[in-house]
Amino acid sequence: MAGIVGYGAFIPRNRIKTEVIAHQWGKDPAVIRRGLLLEEKSVPGLDEDTITISVEAGRAALERAGIDPRLVGALYIGSESHPYAVKPSGTVVAEALGIGPEVHVADFEFACKAGTEAMFVALSVVESGRAPYAMGIGADTSQGAPNDALEFSASAGGAAYLFGAKHLLAEVVETYSYTSDTPDFWRREGEFYPRHGGRFTGEPAYFRHVTAATRAILERTGLSARDFRYAVFHMPNGKFPLSVGRELGFTKAQLETGWVVSTMGNTYSGSSPTGLAAILDVAASGDLILITSFGSGAGSDAFVLKATELLPERRGRAPTVRSMLDGRRRYLTYGEYAKYREKILLNE
Amino acid sequence: MREVAIVAAGMTPFGELWQRSLRDLFVDAALETLRHARADHLDAIYVGNMSGGQFVGQEHLGPLMADHLGMAGVPATRVESACASGGAALRAAFLEVASGMSDLVLASGVEKMNDGADVTGVLASAADQESEVYHGVTFPGLYALIARAHMAAHGTTEADLAAVSVKNHRHGARNPKAQFRHEVTTEQVMASSLVADPLRLLHCSPVSDGAAAVLLCPLTRAKEFTDRPVRIRASGMATSSMALADRRDPAFLDAVSVAGGRAYAMAGLAPTDIDVAEVHDCFAIAELCVLEALCFTERGRSGEATRAGETALGGRIPVNTSGGLKSKGHPVGATGIAQVIEIFEQLRGEAGERQVRDAAVGLTQNMGGSGASAVVHILERV
Amino acid sequence: MPSPRYWREIPARYRLEAGRCGGCGKVVFPTRPVCPGCRGEGLEPVTLSRRGRVVTSTVIHVAPTEFQMEAPYPMAVVETPEGARLMVQIADCEADAVQPGMEVTLEFRRLRKEGKSGILCYGHKGVPIG
Repeated sequence: MAGIVGYGAFIPRNRIKTEVIAHQWGKDPAVIRRGLLLEEKSVPGLDEDTITISVEAGRAALERAGIDPRLVGALYIGSESHPYAVKPSGTVVAEALGIGPEVHVADFEFACKAGTEAMFVALSVVESGRAPYAMGIGADTSQGAPNDALEFSASAGGAAYLFGAKHLLAEVVETYSYTSDTPDFWRREGEFYPRHGGRFTGEPAYFRHVTAATRAILERTGLSARDFRYAVFHMPNGKFPLSVGRELGFTKAQLETGWVVSTMGNTYSGSSPTGLAAILDVAASGDLILITSFGSGAGSDAFVLKATELLPERRGRAPTVRSMLDGRRRYLTYGEYAKYREKILLNE
Repeated sequence: MREVAIVAAGMTPFGELWQRSLRDLFVDAALETLRHARADHLDAIYVGNMSGGQFVGQEHLGPLMADHLGMAGVPATRVESACASGGAALRAAFLEVASGMSDLVLASGVEKMNDGADVTGVLASAADQESEVYHGVTFPGLYALIARAHMAAHGTTEADLAAVSVKNHRHGARNPKAQFRHEVTTEQVMASSLVADPLRLLHCSPVSDGAAAVLLCPLTRAKEFTDRPVRIRASGMATSSMALADRRDPAFLDAVSVAGGRAYAMAGLAPTDIDVAEVHDCFAIAELCVLEALCFTERGRSGEATRAGETALGGRIPVNTSGGLKSKGHPVGATGIAQVIEIFEQLRGEAGERQVRDAAVGLTQNMGGSGASAVVHILERV
Repeated sequence: MPSPRYWREIPARYRLEAGRCGGCGKVVFPTRPVCPGCRGEGLEPVTLSRRGRVVTSTVIHVAPTEFQMEAPYPMAVVETPEGARLMVQIADCEADAVQPGMEVTLEFRRLRKEGKSGILCYGHKGVPIG
């Protein structure tokens, strides 16, 4: 049996409040906050990107695992904002973490589920016996188009998961992936901002795949919603994960620990992985945890995990998600936000 | 080693000289020098220049300048030590004459900074590329770090820094070749914009074009060229760690102290024997640190001494009567030579309104980067 | 930034690999063939802790072209527990809050972009603790 031997997250310290963005575009902040259940989101600095976030999350995961990085035989980074179009993020992250050169590295893309994808493949490498340890990271610094609904949610952050076969912090009980070709959200090569199908991103995309993957994994494991202590779903905004959770039979108590979106925003490939990290920060030995991601295009990866008694012992070695959400942070004006997100035209 | 004299000098005004190119500037200064000496040939030329390559895309300045002076064929080479290039060029010329190798050697310096280069970026190449510039520090930033360290260790204040600028502008107002010929007040200095905290615009030497040259010959032949030669009594040079982080004490300029010590020893003189000095005030804090490194004041007391007027004209040890780099200007490679010219004129009694009475022995101190190289010369009236 | 130059510096920039002199014990960062303290050769590899203490600092207002968008930013000389000193920017901090003695962690950051089409250059910045 393989599982998580280390985990870590990183959230940049800059923030922008929903009302600041709303005022910029003449929208009513109260309406936005109610409709999206978003208070504020994280903003990457000019010196932060998917690679830097992955390195810090990866460092935390290695701290918690306490292993020699040279034993990591595979490293996968899932993102839709890899800093290079051609040249892997994974090689920079591997060198920074002290992993390699005997390592398989690949970058993944699948909109918001590239993180759980990286985790799935890393888990598989360990389960197959090809490497004793493998790491999957989901991180993003995605762009939201100005004066678009996604500008309120697109944020920056990531989480890293180290998989191994012994000294598990959480066992992976089962996985399930559900995929179809559904063009709900996309970005063409060379375009700066993504585009989306408005309300089409809801029912036929997010809800269909999250629901299908979750129902299938419950059936496969013979478990029902009330067997779980915690559940976390991809969080494109505050509303969707609570909606789908309710529909699938989960209570607010089960959902609230992983529901980090209202003060973090949607960190895309980092979204449900960071929610999962927030859960692992507090879960007790024996707790069952469900995570179902969603990536536009579209697909969902579901995992059922079980916390072990090693988890409470090890998690103190690196910062918690709550400490990053509630700790030292800086609020930006819209102008500063536009500058950091490079939305301002400059001469080359 | 033979005794070496300086027998003539020439320099362009310093400033934004749009009409003059790098080679024009050199020729202007060199011709003025040769005319004053009534010399018709040279045995060698040294050109101090920090970065013709980065500023105007021109390397290989030795033959270029010799050629444009109409002296193609003469041995000529560029000498580089960042902002100490001029002083280093003088030292090289001095050694060539002192060794007996050549008799008439031109020691010059020139820089063309205003032709559109990224000046901040070029000046930063005097710092450590890998451990300093890569991280975003600038040249003023390095001196700002030195200033903060000096303020923390010795209680130096921003008013002390301002006093240096005010004094040097007062001197420079009397220098017809200076870039800025107006005085500034303490209030103006303290209100100028921040460049790198605590250094403000008026604590920083400007970006300048200019050239300067001096003619050296054996002392025994000096009277052929002038009836008032000045003898180079000593030359001292030293280097220190390139990166500021590697210095023992960021608030103390090791290289200046060692170079000064070597010069004093070679001359058989003490700091109190110096009547007038030109020091490298690339930033106001630099002058304060140099005063201490050369033992003109005690460690930590340079700010106080400056505010008390000890280093002004009429004070105990007049420093930077030319206006210093701040007011006179700082075309990087030319500065070291321009400092020598000021002392040359002081020792000949030709400094006009800037004259220090009875100046018999003078000192020049030129340094590169954040103090990684330093050159000190001691000159005396013959 | 030419690629070979950037690539050679990776062990120092990414992993803070330094050298400890077997002769005088001095920790040199980045490592070098010759110890600046005693001219000894063959320094032993040592990796610096990702934390340190500010020795002196400034705030850069007039920045080089590549850093103009980030100005004003603090820069500091930071000393690690191993006794190595390095120069880094301080990030996620009010510019005037940097003081000598302040404890920082060294966090991985993107230091520069070579324009629109050049390589991305990574390294560390100091971030105040707490």
